Parts: sequence; C-alpha cells; structure tokens
Amino acid sequence: MSALLDVEELQVTFGRTAAVRGASFRVERGETHCLVGESGCGKSVTALAVMSLLARGGQRSAKKMSFAGTDLLSLSDREMARLRGNRMAMIFQEPMTSLNPAFTIGSQMAEVMTRHKGGSRAAALDRAAELMGRVGITAPGMRLGQFPHQLSGGLRQRVMIAMALMCDPELLIADEPTTALDVTVQAQILRLLAGLKRELGLSILLITHDLGIVARVADHVSVMYAGEVVERAPTAELFRAPQHPYTRGLLSCVPVPGRVQRDRPLGSIPGVVPAIGPGFAGCAFRSRCAHADETCARAIPRRRAGDAHDYLCRLEPDWAELQPA
Amino acid sequence: MTAAIEVENLRCEFRVHTGLMSAEKRVVAVDDVTFSVPAGSVLGIVGESGCGKSTLARLILGLLKPTAGTVLVDGKRLFDLDRKARARLIQPVFQDPFASLNPRRRIKDIVALPLAAQGTFSRGEIERRVGGILERVGLSAAMGERMPAQLSGGQRQRAAIARALVLEPRIVICDEPTSALDVSVQAQILNLLADLRRDLGLTYLFISHNLAVVEHVASEVAVMYLGRFVERNETDALFRKPRHPYTQALLESVLTPEPGKGVPDIGLGDAMPDPSNIPPGCRFNPRCRIAVERCRHEAPMPMARPPRGMVECHLA
Repeated sequence: MSALLDVEELQVTFGRTAAVRGASFRVERGETHCLVGESGCGKSVTALAVMSLLARGGQRSAKKMSFAGTDLLSLSDREMARLRGNRMAMIFQEPMTSLNPAFTIGSQMAEVMTRHKGGSRAAALDRAAELMGRVGITAPGMRLGQFPHQLSGGLRQRVMIAMALMCDPELLIADEPTTALDVTVQAQILRLLAGLKRELGLSILLITHDLGIVARVADHVSVMYAGEVVERAPTAELFRAPQHPYTRGLLSCVPVPGRVQRDRPLGSIPGVVPAIGPGFAGCAFRSRCAHADETCARAIPRRRAGDAHDYLCRLEPDWAELQPA
Repeated sequence: MTAAIEVENLRCEFRVHTGLMSAEKRVVAVDDVTFSVPAGSVLGIVGESGCGKSTLARLILGLLKPTAGTVLVDGKRLFDLDRKARARLIQPVFQDPFASLNPRRRIKDIVALPLAAQGTFSRGEIERRVGGILERVGLSAAMGERMPAQLSGGQRQRAAIARALVLEPRIVICDEPTSALDVSVQAQILNLLADLRRDLGLTYLFISHNLAVVEHVASEVAVMYLGRFVERNETDALFRKPRHPYTQALLESVLTPEPGKGVPDIGLGDAMPDPSNIPPGCRFNPRCRIAVERCRHEAPMPMARPPRGMVECHLA
C-alpha cells in the first residue's frame, strides 16, 4: 500500500538561505511519524511546505509530494485551500496565537465545518460539542460560548485538536503541540493524540525537538539537521542502534531521570549549527563531528542500516563498535 | 555551616482585578514557605506554571517585597542593603537571554555594566574582569565585540551568566536557565553552571519545570504546588522514593527516551490549579488520585521525612 504522505527531495529556500535541502520521508496510514531536530533544522518549514503555508518569499520544489494519491505540487491555491483544514489539518505550538481572541470557541470551530462541508451552523456546533467531549473537555456546551482567553493552555490545545478533527482529516500535522505546556498536561495531550490515532485511524506527522516524546509516541522517526534528513528509522531501532553521529550526540545530551550521575558532565555537542549558504557541499555536521575527515566535505552517501533504516554519513553501519568512544 | 539563603514563613499576595466590575481577588502566590540552602549547595525547585516558583525567585532577589516573613541572604536582610551591596551578593540568570540582554549594546558592555554601576572600579580593572569572566564562560574576546542578535541562544545565555558572575556574587538564582535552549546547547550550559559552582564555590537556587535537569544539577529538591512546598528532600531520596502523590505524578509524566513504553496515564484529571481560588483542605485534593474525606477539609502540616526532608500529605 502506498504511503499517505510521500515527500521526496523537498527543497525550500528563502532568498539565498536554504531552509530545507532535499528532505525525503513517508508517513504511512495510521502511523505517527516524528520529525525531530533542533531549532533551525527545517522541521517546521517542512511541515509548512507540505501544507503550502510558507511565508512570503519561501520557494518550494520537490521531486515528489503526494498526499493520498494526489500530487500536491500541481494543485492550485484554491484546490489546496479545499484540502487544508479538511483532509489534512494542522495544530501549532502556541494555541493562543492560532485562536482568534475576538470570537467564541464555538463560532471558530463551526466555521471549519460550514466552510468545508457546508450544512447548518447548528449541525456544526453539535459536531463541535461532540468532538470536545471526545478530546476530554468537560461541559462542552459552556466552553463553546467562551473566548480563548478564558481557557487554560491545556484546554486551548484540546480545542485546537478538536477543531482540527472537525472534518475528519486523514492526516494531522502537529508542530510542537506540547512544548508550551506543563509536563503533566503534556502527558495528557500526547495520550489523547495516541488514542485518536488508534481509534480514528488518524495518521500523524509530529514535529518535536524532544527525544522523550519521539520515543513514546512515534512509529517512525526522521532526524533532521541543517535542512536534511540525516537519519530515518523505526523508533525502537533508532534508539537501540543510532548510526549518525548527530543522532548519537543528541541522545547523549538528554538527562534521564533515575540514571543521573551527578558528578559527571552531560554529553553535549560542541559548537553551533553552521550557516548554510549557496554552494554548500558535504556533511553539514562535519564542523561539530569528532569523526569528520577530509572526505566529509564531498558528497555524502546515504547508507542502509536496516530494512527501513538509513542515514547520511561516510561511516559504515555500527562504526562505533569498532572504536572505543 | 552557614546558610546561604534562609527563608522563614515567607508569604506573598497579589491583588488582582479580573474584570471592570468584578470584585478584587487575592492571589496567594507564595504561602508560608520556610527553607534554607546551605552555602555551596544547589536547591532545585520544580512545579507547574503558576505554582509560584518565579515569584519565590523574585522575593529572594529582593525584587518583590513579601507580604509577610523574612528572607536572609548570607545572613543579611536584603531590604537593609542598598542596591549595590545586594548586587554583589546575589544575581539572577533568567530563561530568555534575548529578553534579558540589551539589544543595542555590545556583549562586553552588557557584562561590564554591573561593575560600572558599582562606581568603584577603574576602567582598566573593569576591562580585565570582563575579559576574565567572558573567557571563563567560553566566549572569545571577539564575541564580546558583538551585539546580542549576532549570538546564538547558547552564546547569549553564556553572556547572561557572565554578567551575573562578573561581580563575584556568592549566590545565583537560576530561573529556567535552559528552557529556551536546544538539548545539545542545554547540556553545554548545564555543564558550565556545574563547573562554575564547583570552581567558584557558588550557591544556586535552580528553578525549572524539567525534572531531569533538576535531578542532574540539584543536591536538594523542593516540589512546589500552589504556593507551598509540598515535598522537599535530598535529590536521590526524592527521586528514588517520592512520597507526595503530586511528586509521583510529576515524575511519572517525564517522558524518558525509552521506546515502547507509551505515554503514561498520570491520572491528575482536568482540574487545573488556580492560585486565586485555592481549595479548602489539602490544596492538591481535587487532582489527587488517593484523596480521602479528611483531605477535603483539613490541610496537612509539614512532616519530617528521612534523610533530611519533609512532606505535606495526610497519606504519605
């Protein structure tokens, strides 16, 4: 069966800056795919490019970008607008900035429905109330009449999720949906998303910087660095046998509760992400990599480490077993 | 051993108007908090947003006047000291280094400002000290010539740390110092803070919502809920055997990078804590999964727990 979302060789540029440089990934039906990486790695821009929501000046091109058999690259703005919010929906990090403060929750939710599917406002409000119950909001009737500022951060994010579900989308793109929330609320929201995926057969493209979230919710992972997908793998395999030096470095930076050695420094990655200008070639991680040599300035091969596991590096799979760290 | 920070029965109230016509509400942000931090140690404070942890930081820095109670820093009452003396004793490092650095000044001028404000240092002395501290936090002299916008997030936080340490204070209040940073950079900054503490003998009050980070840096941890410390203990003891149901829920909600475990059901429910409407009895009871009748009308008192801690719960 073909993937729900299939992106090959996506390039996004803003003027002379390349934000995404040949990213390829597939979101299978009914799975959660995580794009993970640090700020500026291009993960959010990738999602916006898929939704055709790039800021002015952003140029996208790709070898392939298909959604449920539809070629997204050939759609007109009008056709894309019909798809967006309808068959593919998106939720963002800060729900307060994506909700209109001047309208009630109910009217904002109903608009999604009446705009895409037509029908009466009353029917749309019924659907909104039903979905609010589904995402764990108590007393939906009262909430529909409230304004965004009257809700807590966790409730607002639940409203955003309910709103995204109004038209029964096949794909939900969630860009750092829990980053602005407390850990306790984060766990509740992620449980909710996992439940929706299971019960509604929803596919989720989840964008996050948090490897803890990736480990707990993703089926497949794409690790992004400086606009490239540097490693792709099924989740368990990525954590068991990470291959790319950047992935390994990231994993060593995360303090794990209960396994803390307080007298020893945390692993860290020295240096900063380089600026990628026109004509940049080779591995973008080489300036921070302990294993870099002169070949890293040339084209880097994509190596296979398993069935669905590949990475972009000159080193052979399981190179670290050959030499002490 | 002398305590670097001693806080007794500290209380801080705010009066807020929620609407044009509505009555004034009282928000108790910090409610009868007592603790001390031994010199050279790190007290970590964790809790959700709105629990009062940043208000506590501002009270200890002397930026807010408490409604009741006392704060002693290095044995002195902060309100008896003038601003210059206070600045030599205690300094903050805040979450967002972009918001806390003047965007129109060079990094070395920003770091020099606390020295210049003292009015007792010669120009040569200021230059020497600024150069020394920039090098100590890992910023080159060339970085010192730049503007904040030309630095990365991690470099800006290094500059903020340099500014905090240039007067050689004894005590540093770190309020979410790595929350705005990427993990790889967060690790660099945490390692730097740990080195500085060891080499300079500093005392930290370390506020964070990230329990894993707190476990890494703190020698003792306090868990704050709606303005009170509901549990406090040595870090190992608290993480190995959390006693308060809220501490347990907080620890369970940390998503460790362990695939296959799924997202835990922490069972806290939807009742969000509201500091303007603190429930009677135990303030945690509406969210507590083991609450009994007694919890709904009788507030628990702090009870000592080994090795050197306390907990506020009838059932712990």
